[in-house]
Amino acid sequence: MRDLIWLIPALPLAGFAILLVAGKRLGESLAGWLATAMVGASFLVTVGVFLTARGSAGGHEHRLTQSLYTWIVAGDFRVDLGFLVDPLSISMCLFVTGIAALIHLYSIGYMHGDERYHQFFMYLNLFVFSMLMLVLGDNLLVTFLGWEGVGACSYFLISFWFDQEANASAGKKAFVTNRIGDWGFMCSIFFTFSALGTISYVGIIDGASSLPQTTATAIAGLLFVGAIGKSAQLPLFVWLPDAMAGPTPVSALIHAATMVTAGVYVMTRINPVLAQTADWLPTLIATVGAVTALFAATVALAQNDIKKVLAYSTVSQLGYMFLAVGSGAYVAAIFHMITHAFFKALLFLGAGSVIHGVGGEQDMRRMGALRKLMPITAATFIVGWLAIAGVPPFSGFFSKDEILLYAWDKSPVLWAIGLVTAILTAFYMGRQVFMVFYGHARWDDARPAAAADGAHLAGEAEHSAEAVEVEETGADAEGAVVTAHAATDAGADVDHAHAGAHGDVHPHESPWTMTLPLVLLAGGAVVAGALNMPFASRLQLLEHWLEPVVHAGQAHLSVGSGVKVALGAVAVIGALAGLAFAVLVYLRDRRDIAEKVEQPVFARGWGYDAAISAFVDGPGRRIFDAVAWFDRTIVDGAVNGVATLVRGGGDRARTLQSGYVRNYALGVAFGAVVLVGLLLSRAVF
Amino acid sequence: MTPVLAAEAATTSFPILTAAVVVPAAGALLTALVSKRRPELVKQVAVLFAVATGALTIGILALFDRHLAGFQLTDHVGWISDPKIGWTLGVDGISLWLVVLTGILFPIALLGAPPHHDEKPFYAWLLLLEAGCLGAFLALDTFLFFVMFEIVLVPMYFLISGWGYAERRYAAMKFFLYTMFGSAFMLVGTVALAYLHAKGGPVTFDLRVLAEHQGVLSQTTGRWLFLAFAIAFAVKVPVVPLHTWLPDAHTQAPTAGSVILAGVMLKLGTYGFLRFGLYLFPEATLYFAPAMITLGVVGIIYGAICATMQKDLKRLVAYSSVAHLGFIVAGTFSLTTQGLQGSVLQMVNHGLSTGALFLLLGMLYERRHTYDMAKLKGLQRTVPVLAGVFMLVMLSSIGLPGLNGFVGELLILLGTFLTHRWWAVVAATGVILASVYLLWAYQRVFHGTPDEANTGLPDLRWSERLVMAPLVALIVFLGVYPKPVLDRIQPSVAKLVHHIETNTDYREPKVRHVKPSTGQEQRAEHTKTGGG
Repeated sequence: MRDLIWLIPALPLAGFAILLVAGKRLGESLAGWLATAMVGASFLVTVGVFLTARGSAGGHEHRLTQSLYTWIVAGDFRVDLGFLVDPLSISMCLFVTGIAALIHLYSIGYMHGDERYHQFFMYLNLFVFSMLMLVLGDNLLVTFLGWEGVGACSYFLISFWFDQEANASAGKKAFVTNRIGDWGFMCSIFFTFSALGTISYVGIIDGASSLPQTTATAIAGLLFVGAIGKSAQLPLFVWLPDAMAGPTPVSALIHAATMVTAGVYVMTRINPVLAQTADWLPTLIATVGAVTALFAATVALAQNDIKKVLAYSTVSQLGYMFLAVGSGAYVAAIFHMITHAFFKALLFLGAGSVIHGVGGEQDMRRMGALRKLMPITAATFIVGWLAIAGVPPFSGFFSKDEILLYAWDKSPVLWAIGLVTAILTAFYMGRQVFMVFYGHARWDDARPAAAADGAHLAGEAEHSAEAVEVEETGADAEGAVVTAHAATDAGADVDHAHAGAHGDVHPHESPWTMTLPLVLLAGGAVVAGALNMPFASRLQLLEHWLEPVVHAGQAHLSVGSGVKVALGAVAVIGALAGLAFAVLVYLRDRRDIAEKVEQPVFARGWGYDAAISAFVDGPGRRIFDAVAWFDRTIVDGAVNGVATLVRGGGDRARTLQSGYVRNYALGVAFGAVVLVGLLLSRAVF
Repeated sequence: MTPVLAAEAATTSFPILTAAVVVPAAGALLTALVSKRRPELVKQVAVLFAVATGALTIGILALFDRHLAGFQLTDHVGWISDPKIGWTLGVDGISLWLVVLTGILFPIALLGAPPHHDEKPFYAWLLLLEAGCLGAFLALDTFLFFVMFEIVLVPMYFLISGWGYAERRYAAMKFFLYTMFGSAFMLVGTVALAYLHAKGGPVTFDLRVLAEHQGVLSQTTGRWLFLAFAIAFAVKVPVVPLHTWLPDAHTQAPTAGSVILAGVMLKLGTYGFLRFGLYLFPEATLYFAPAMITLGVVGIIYGAICATMQKDLKRLVAYSSVAHLGFIVAGTFSLTTQGLQGSVLQMVNHGLSTGALFLLLGMLYERRHTYDMAKLKGLQRTVPVLAGVFMLVMLSSIGLPGLNGFVGELLILLGTFLTHRWWAVVAATGVILASVYLLWAYQRVFHGTPDEANTGLPDLRWSERLVMAPLVALIVFLGVYPKPVLDRIQPSVAKLVHHIETNTDYREPKVRHVKPSTGQEQRAEHTKTGGG
């Protein structure tokens, strides 16, 4: 299977190419199934490579490189387009292709009826290709290729419904914010090359121990800047909540399960370098992670948009992963990345199913009591909820517990922040579950005044309204086409679409292409914890599997087993307390307590995003304007001033000058000839 | 002077370089002579000669020996014996790709952006312009270079003033006078160099003789002469703060003029720095390198900020050129193999992507009759194919890996980093700003819901798609597999760096290699190694 590594990214790339050339002709369902099949096949190849890799070396100490060709060569700088297969990259590939295949399948149902259906799958395939290049690249530059590629696909897909200005702005914001991080990534590449003479991971890992501390700190620190952007940590997280403007499968795949974890992956990849850095850097990473986790959790408490809650929750969970990286708990970081990919993709897809079912509504205050009407969605969503809340034996418990354990070892303060975040997580996710699936049905209620915060997601509302109508008449094939057209016309006017959706909402369960992925992901969210059970060494499968990759940087716990058990118990009690509080407030519908919890400052995200916007639109814009003014008035003004002076002087010599530039032009041409003539004459005589 | 002698011996074969300059010039003449009764022949003749020239440049590429560092395929015809001025042409890895770029871009500009009136002089001027550009890239005689460098101004002046937009006369005059101002210094520099170099002996304008015999001029003289050349090139590039003619010229020039101006003519400046700055004056180059890199980095940031605030699409692309050319200047004066290779590659990349951008803007103008972004909206729905091609070219300009722009920028920044670390770190912020102004522009023009004026426009016709196809193909190809291009640039660039090292105390920084085995020898086969 080793010769087939290249197939893993090549299959989605082929899917992209086919859809680019012939997507429109393939028609709706074929385009979707083709894209899904490509990613599914990629998953199967990955499984094959994984089994070979496991079998051949007993799961220990091996890495495999395959180079396709030399990409860039200049002087000593030489970069191959090559792949590195080791336990880390193969683990990433497994969950990326696996979850991506499920989300492709889900999208077949979700995007049904969209007029740019084939383009959606084209971008999705391109995204999977880029993500696999990011993960499989055997050097920093191939990873950067994937890194920028996923960023571009994220931009395409966030602004997929570009008719709405807000969607387009959200896409642009994501790209530009990520580019700030990319600056760090590029500078890190330069430092690496000038220090080691290579940017291949094999070279970096082998050479890391010889790096001076300052250089190692620069390399890892700048790479962390890139990771902050891509993985939406403070202070660059602002793009991720806005990215929810994209279709929900995109939020699940790109903005929850895969792309946003790339920063964690890269930091884990260079863990031998991180081990050589000055002590402040790992501490900074852990602190940024912990603070981001807490910050985003508080914001999630007061969001009413079903996707915004999950977006801030993702930021928060990514914070946990950086807390792990900073604490030297690389295995825990990857472990949490995998379990998070399962339960967060599940939650997003569940949210999508809900949005789909209630005709494009995203405001949780207009949901409620959906568990009876959407039983599969509700059951799987609850599994995801218990997993993220850290209730044993669901997967989130094991991965989060391990991170908290290492955080305790690093600093009890970090541990305390992590614990508070865990309690808040259990609480706000409980709030979401109760608001959406329990209580009384509110979808026919009058619109709450503040619902405008979902206004920029209207594109999605509009789209889903369309899809729903198509489905309802689905029995009659001809009728469906007619209705789709009608819905498209109606969709041009957002308010109209809203009115149509609200007047007559019939929540219903989604088709099997959407519920099957939910069930499979729920299965993953339950059992993924088994990857790394803390009870006995032989149960720590992931730890043994990743050991060769992370042994240089992995921290070794100094706490005894008694402390471990105690910390685990505290975490479980915390999670249950959070759940209990959510039951008290939201299941019992105590609005008085809820109002105390849902502080406006949380709802506004502590005003952080608004402050940045104010800076960019205020002083930032004025600085740019000033530069443009300087260019127009001073620099160009000086040029024109000189010209005026010359012309003034020239007026006196007007008798010789016609003032027509074309005469000057011809004069120059003749002048050149005369000069040549003079020289010729010199040559002759 | 063995290289010179060897070159002269090679003139027995078909003089392909001379042909590449003469064919477009002859084409210009023939186009001008087409009978008034057969107007349909004008375009056919012009296209025929442009394509023939393109074929000749591809022929040069085919004949080019990629292992040689020096000048190849040289032609020499004696012109004047004292002072020695000759029709001396030659090509090396530095000029090769600019010649090919010129050969490709002219037919595309000709086909993709026809004039609306007075076809005959338009095509004739365009072909004369091509002859001048090729002559300048191929000249190995400083005097011949000066003549060619000046000749190109005349057709471009007439193209802008004759076929441009409302403010064309102002823009054309500004362009002409500004560049002439720079060239005046170069004329003085050219003549002074030849006579001072001769020290009373026989005077020669042969570039190779002047460059290979260093140490004749005093340090001060060399620096002054370098500055004389540098001003001409800095105006042409343009280097901030000598750039304000460019936005006006671009905005007012007809589409074909903008394509050639950005794609080819600006490169006369950056090429001039390499050939007549670094090669002729290594000591002065080293002395002025920090200043030049600073100007380049200032250009990157300053051009990008100005581009962000533009309301006119053509002005925006013009300022983006200022930023991109800033990268090339910085890479050139980094004096590292990577920086120089990146600069040469980026000249080609910028020609392709900015040329393609101007063509697309021209096609947009044909439909909407405006470049004002405030009037454009939601065009991705109206003209999705145009929007898609624009997106790809834009991403190339932003420097997305996998497309051509990235490779050049990366090598430039890497090379600059090796000699001027902090400049490179600052310059790298240019990639953030590039995404700001281009994505913002894209959003304003293509995103949103189109209003009435922006609906019902036809998408790209097949003929327009065919014009864009080669550019799009090259943009992708050079991003995925730039090695064939880099391989041919490398020997000449390495020779140039060596030339500087020989004549100054400069030493190119060598990076240390940890283990020779890592990453380098593992190509085309799988290697299994122990995990650490």
